[in-house]
Amino acid sequence: MQSFELLRAADPSAAIAAASRSATAQQGASVRFLAGGTTLVDLMKLGVEAPHLLVDINRLPLDGIGRAADGGLRIGATARNSDLAHDPIVKAEYAALSQAILSGASTQLRNAATTAGNLLQRTRCLYFRDTATPCNKREPGSGCSAIDGANRMLAILGTSEHCIASNPSDMAVAMLAYDAMVHIQGPQGERQVAIADFFLLPGDTPDRENVLQPGDLVTHVTLPPPEVGARAAYLKLRDRVSYEFALVSAAVSVTMAEGRMASVRFALGGVGTRPWRVPAAEASLIGQPPGEAAFRQAADLALAGARPQSQNGFKIELARRCLVHALNQVTR
Amino acid sequence: MSDPTSNPFSAVEPNSDLLSVVLRINGASHALQIDPRATLLDCLRDTLQLTGTKKGCDHGQCGACTVHINGRRRNACLALAAVHEGDEILTIEGVGTPDRLHPLQAAFVARDAYQCGYCTSGQIMSALALLQEPCGPGDDEVREYMSGNLCRCGAYANIVAAIQDVRGQS
Repeated sequence: MQSFELLRAADPSAAIAAASRSATAQQGASVRFLAGGTTLVDLMKLGVEAPHLLVDINRLPLDGIGRAADGGLRIGATARNSDLAHDPIVKAEYAALSQAILSGASTQLRNAATTAGNLLQRTRCLYFRDTATPCNKREPGSGCSAIDGANRMLAILGTSEHCIASNPSDMAVAMLAYDAMVHIQGPQGERQVAIADFFLLPGDTPDRENVLQPGDLVTHVTLPPPEVGARAAYLKLRDRVSYEFALVSAAVSVTMAEGRMASVRFALGGVGTRPWRVPAAEASLIGQPPGEAAFRQAADLALAGARPQSQNGFKIELARRCLVHALNQVTR
Repeated sequence: MSDPTSNPFSAVEPNSDLLSVVLRINGASHALQIDPRATLLDCLRDTLQLTGTKKGCDHGQCGACTVHINGRRRNACLALAAVHEGDEILTIEGVGTPDRLHPLQAAFVARDAYQCGYCTSGQIMSALALLQEPCGPGDDEVREYMSGNLCRCGAYANIVAAIQDVRGQS
């Protein structure tokens, strides 16, 4: 691991000032915020990340979880994944979020991992993690080893000729379905970004994964008030029953009125270069009675434009069935 | 950058790469001079010779390095030691002794819940935490809660049985 200086920021402003000296907040950043460390320390050991300065934000007062003024939920950036998953409000009113978090990683990792760290976790693409191989995300312009390599776990949606890395988060998929807002404090002040706009498609700059600029500190995430009567679930399909990343997953939430679907939200994980949501697919179900044919049609819309690689074509049908099954679960 | 003098991480001496930290481990304070890169795992094993905590994968994938930090189980390989100054750290050395085994340790012996034993301290630290966590009563729930601890000898069935013995579940 490359040497670095360790700083414990006295307050968010000090952390932001320190991080704003980095030329980028994306791949290759010279300053990184350190929270749970479950992604960052791992990648520093691999030589994928090599910051000169680590700013410890664990003691900043950013770990609260509580009701927001509008009746929604306010989730601190350094709230631990375990605390969020087991929070009584989350379990009762945002069930898909609790289930999504508990379906990921292990208890030890969830006790360390934080809200913002989970949002910013990096792809598990083998080549991103292996500095001996070309990877456009890690080293722009070096090429993509995955397109002609081991790509079974990788993305079928949102890919480019430069990168097919899948986003590995479960939490972010549920947050996307719930219309989460990411709150950022930066050198120029505060702003908020809808989670749908927070993650960038790889295009020809796969090293840029989100909208964060140097010095930007995610301070918290908010969820809008829960929909009355909604039934929600997170369904994750994977190679092992526990402690494994998703092949495909679906976060769904549906409310019913007089036997018909009144509101429908869903997002897919494991298939996209970012958590994947298709509003037209959700809208296709509004006003319809629940049923296999309608669900199947919505799934087709959600998977429209999917581009299989040499080893992951199975994900298209698996994702369809995952979504249909999850929708069946919450409308029975 | 903020006033550097406000940084509570203090170098051993000017221009030194080493930091002076005091770690609380198994109820005792240890004043140490460590590299900022030192993980809690390496610090325990190589600086303090507390070698009961094992290094398996060193990447947060196997659970052999599980310790408790402020009462919660964590992977020591992904924790930078200096960051945990002031935290209460519990390792396997703080859980029972050869003469007075913790009930979990006795249950692992009684159930033969290991073969090579390399993962065992991590298994026991995870199981000890599980006793305080919202884990359901069934074997499947124990398996889920223990999935962050790999056992390449495959002693899983007996590990679950040992934990259930201590929990009083069948």
